[in-house]
Amino acid sequence: MKTHVTTRINDETVEFLCEPQQTLLHVLRNELGLTGTKEGCGSGDCGACSVTVNDRLVCSCLVLAVEADGAKIGTIEGVASSDKLHVIQEKYLEHAALQCGICTPGLIVSTKALLEENPNPTEAEARYFLAGNLCRCTGYDKIIKAVMDSAKSLNQGA
Amino acid sequence: MAEMIYQSPKSIEEAVNLLAASSGSVNILAGGTDLIIQMQANIDEPRVIIDVKKIAEMTQAELTEDALLLGPSMCCAALTAREDIKALFPGLVESAYLIGSSQVQGRASVGGNLCNSSPAADTVPALIALNAMCQILGPGGERTVKAEDFVTGVGRNCLAEDEFLRCIEIPRPEPNTADAYLRFIPRTEMDIAVAGAAVSVTVKDGICSSARVVIGAVAPTALLVPEAAACLIGTDLGTADLSAAAAAATAAATPITDRRGTVEFRKHIVGVLTKRAASIAFQRAKEN
Amino acid sequence: MSEAKQYKYIGQRTIRPDGFDKVTGRANYGADLSLPGMIWGKILRSPHAHALITKLDTSKAEAHPDVLAIARFEDFPTVNAAAFAEGRQDKGLVDLASNILADKKVLYHGHALVAVAARTEAAAAQALQLIEVEYEVLPPVMSIDQAISADAAILHEDMFTQGLAETPSAASNIASRMELKKGDVDAGFAQADVIVEREFSTPTVHQGYIEPHATTVRFDENGTSTIWCPTQGHFDVRASTARLLGMELGQIKVTASEIGGGFGGKTTVYLEPVALILSRKAGRPVKMVMTREEVFRASGPASASQSRIKIGAKKDGTLVAMQASLYYEAGAFKGSPMGPGCMTVFTPYDVENMWVEGFDVVVNKAKVAAYRAPGAPQAEFAAEMVMNELAERLAMDPIDFRLQNAAKEGTQTLYGPKLKAVGLVECLQAAKTSKQYQTALAEGEGRGVAAGFWFNIGGQSSVIINMNPDGTGTILEGSPDIGGSRASMQMMAAEELGIPLDRLNPIVTDTEHVAYNQTTGGSRTTFATGMAVVEACQDIVAQLKSRAAAMWNVTSEQVDWQDGSAINLAGEDKMTLAEVCAIAEKTGGQISGRGNINARGAGPSFAVHLCDVQVDRDTGKTDVVRYTAIQDAGKAIHPGYVEGQYQGGAAQGIGWALNEEYVYDQNGIMENAGFLDYRIPLASDLPSIDTIIVEVPNSFHPYGVRGVGETGIVPPLAAVGSAVSNAIGLPITALPCSPPRVLKLLQDAGQ
Repeated sequence: MKTHVTTRINDETVEFLCEPQQTLLHVLRNELGLTGTKEGCGSGDCGACSVTVNDRLVCSCLVLAVEADGAKIGTIEGVASSDKLHVIQEKYLEHAALQCGICTPGLIVSTKALLEENPNPTEAEARYFLAGNLCRCTGYDKIIKAVMDSAKSLNQGA
Repeated sequence: MAEMIYQSPKSIEEAVNLLAASSGSVNILAGGTDLIIQMQANIDEPRVIIDVKKIAEMTQAELTEDALLLGPSMCCAALTAREDIKALFPGLVESAYLIGSSQVQGRASVGGNLCNSSPAADTVPALIALNAMCQILGPGGERTVKAEDFVTGVGRNCLAEDEFLRCIEIPRPEPNTADAYLRFIPRTEMDIAVAGAAVSVTVKDGICSSARVVIGAVAPTALLVPEAAACLIGTDLGTADLSAAAAAATAAATPITDRRGTVEFRKHIVGVLTKRAASIAFQRAKEN
Repeated sequence: MSEAKQYKYIGQRTIRPDGFDKVTGRANYGADLSLPGMIWGKILRSPHAHALITKLDTSKAEAHPDVLAIARFEDFPTVNAAAFAEGRQDKGLVDLASNILADKKVLYHGHALVAVAARTEAAAAQALQLIEVEYEVLPPVMSIDQAISADAAILHEDMFTQGLAETPSAASNIASRMELKKGDVDAGFAQADVIVEREFSTPTVHQGYIEPHATTVRFDENGTSTIWCPTQGHFDVRASTARLLGMELGQIKVTASEIGGGFGGKTTVYLEPVALILSRKAGRPVKMVMTREEVFRASGPASASQSRIKIGAKKDGTLVAMQASLYYEAGAFKGSPMGPGCMTVFTPYDVENMWVEGFDVVVNKAKVAAYRAPGAPQAEFAAEMVMNELAERLAMDPIDFRLQNAAKEGTQTLYGPKLKAVGLVECLQAAKTSKQYQTALAEGEGRGVAAGFWFNIGGQSSVIINMNPDGTGTILEGSPDIGGSRASMQMMAAEELGIPLDRLNPIVTDTEHVAYNQTTGGSRTTFATGMAVVEACQDIVAQLKSRAAAMWNVTSEQVDWQDGSAINLAGEDKMTLAEVCAIAEKTGGQISGRGNINARGAGPSFAVHLCDVQVDRDTGKTDVVRYTAIQDAGKAIHPGYVEGQYQGGAAQGIGWALNEEYVYDQNGIMENAGFLDYRIPLASDLPSIDTIIVEVPNSFHPYGVRGVGETGIVPPLAAVGSAVSNAIGLPITALPCSPPRVLKLLQDAGQ
């Protein structure tokens, strides 16, 4: 039996029907067309599906879609405002911090969560916070540089 | 596909009633990081999911004069952000911080870790070292079980089908007492513990006056090792004392060989961790 | 040669043109496409590593109300029983087909047997459970030692070792042997003062791309069937699918989606032909997506290897002889990268006497696929470990030892050509003066140095550039962009045409809009497709000049092209590119440029890596504390993405050296088929990976480019292995240097 869910995704009210066992990831991608959130493993081990639920960073493959009822969801599609990139997105591009780009949406969502929680992370803190976002292309160096530069830029802007 | 029912009670009473009324396979959704993976792997198993995370007290932590009353479903990320709890129970918070990634910590909870009852659970040794008590609620009322008695085997625990864990009570530490938890993994993050050790010590005049040593991932359940504690009590944790405690931990361990480690490796490592965790706890206790 | 020229875009750190879509989630990858009426395909896989299929009954699954199609080996018309009976079976395709859907035998755990398409993903999964299969289980062959032993179970009764003086009469698990030699190694070793000989092993590893294989297809009875998939080579997906299904190339259009990592692992087909069969039978579009577990179990990992290396040197450090025996696991079907292993193993060194033999061995594991410089890391790991041990025995600095023997312009390679200008010496010198090499090791740390070589390839690339009346243009290329190659195409075209970057939009187009392009692999794209872009731009410039000439009533020879404008050498006139494009209608129609080439002269590339580690002697755990990757890029078009290739290769190599390995149980079942226990490096596992770009231009490329994608994974295995060895004071002969293995070495040595 399908359940009716009312939720807010990227500040817009969204309603959907889902089976109780469907994950939030599945519904975002296959029912709502929000394919910016990627599936790399389906078991919480790669971070490609990172989203925020009530401002808390989670893997959307480890959240049931029914849990979204009444909650506030943030996905990669909500990071930029209209055509203006978020500073973090700009820094990823400036630092060539992506190659294939499949891990990038998850990393950007996670970086945003990191910097909201800890606006001045050390490099080690950034590396540990982002340890759950696997990237196979970059060796992480440029990602970490983009994160540190984003922090600097956001702090200067504030 | 088998029928699944999702329930999200708003109160403890509602949860108790739902649990009593449900038949068949009932699962409490305390975090989600284990249960949802199990659900995806067994889509043909009908079940009732009771999500207790919408019950406020299940996800909160209260520090009273006597104890920490930890809501079993408080996510690890919320727990590790609590400086007041970290100051009193650094080892417990360390163990919560070690569970999975930032994302996983946004879902996983100490109660879920306990109820999933994996031998490698990180928070369980830490809870046992701290003399934690588990408050269990069922249709027959409430009962309290020591953390070391909660998990009864690999994936098994003392909860009856219609019971659930409503609170974890951790007594405030005695003066000059501190805990520490260490685990060994091949990488720096993300892995499941190959072995773990939690140690709590009380120090008086530079000498360890009491200690609890608990080892994880080296037996079907986390093990309290009084023999290891005995090696520490009455000493200043010198090299020989630590080695004796390590040897006691190694002797108590009855691990298996699997993809994460062999019997020999785990027995050795648990000794190393015991030694190191004891030193850290001792240092912290002296500074308290 | 143009290296003295000052460039406007080449060498800058520009923003990649596809960047916006990739940081906003708009970019569409393999699993992101859905079509109206689409159904889901899933695959039933073998629970055994080695077994005969004695019964396969799909009738109950077919009766499932939501099941619309089933595909089996028999559905491949060019290889099935009917084709065999009629003598039209394409033998070259049999291995490919029977890897995608097993015929009579399953050869690894996870080997695909049957595919089902159903209305929902869940129904397809349910239907798989209704398929009845019976097996006669055979003993699994899980290592080279087992495979080549006299009493080994034989995987293929019709496989006889190729490459021996006489083809044997008995079937064997050794598919082939090759031998390469120059000089006289025996005479060489006779001159040696020091000889080191050791055996090494490396495990089965996976490319570990984060995006699982996925495809969405639609079979079209009367028109063109379409395939959408993440691949390194959509033209080769089209070719393989057409051959397997007995179709013509023109009947299939393949669109390369964005690709979430490949590293060689997305150069073959697994799902696409199967999905097309399902779609044909069901009359509906079909989508298939592998789970992470399926990716590990049943896509192509990289070969495990065993090797024996013997190297001799004189007291003064001169190498006199090098000898290697290299064994590579191919997985279930022949075709390991044993050949490139043999060809690369000693190429960094200019030594008169060399002898190398290689063996391609089948085992009951998934068929291997290419993995970044395929074959080279395993071989050069072993060679470089011995080089470092020799340096130690000779009491020489390992970089000086290599410098003394380094391959350079004119060196006769073992595999054939003499080297043209190459940058190994420059890389070694840069390593020697690097910040890391100047940093003293702390207590308990160890340092490792290793060199690496990879050929790089050229090959066929086809590019069309269409100019618009306003002077903007579209670059249509057919090389899937794995790591930022659109940026380098845009930069080279802007440089050639003399117009701003944002006037040019590079698009990786489908198989219908440009002619054939070889798969993105062999570090060929910036080199070969870049050359095709340059050629297409030159074609455009020639047309622009002739159009301007027509306007000015002069000949084309009287028009020069400078900095984005046509200049009338016979007068004062000047027209910008946009101005010439604007009058295209009046001067003969719109302007397109074409560059269809078969590029020769891919410059080989050398790298040198430095690794410092700290080993916890109580647990055997290694931390990489400092790392520097130095490599010859010829010319770095976009230095940021060149550095990224070096760092990515280094990180994958570090993973290979420290923790990555397939763990199998006694029945040949992989026990760690997930990112939890197949441990690729995390952000917190690595230090900053420093890079030094060496530029020794490749004279065959207009900008001097050498491919940079692959060489970077060659040195890390030995750089890390030697660093660990240096830290613990014991030889390392087997990878990975995982904590249990290092601890055991320490314990066995009584430390």
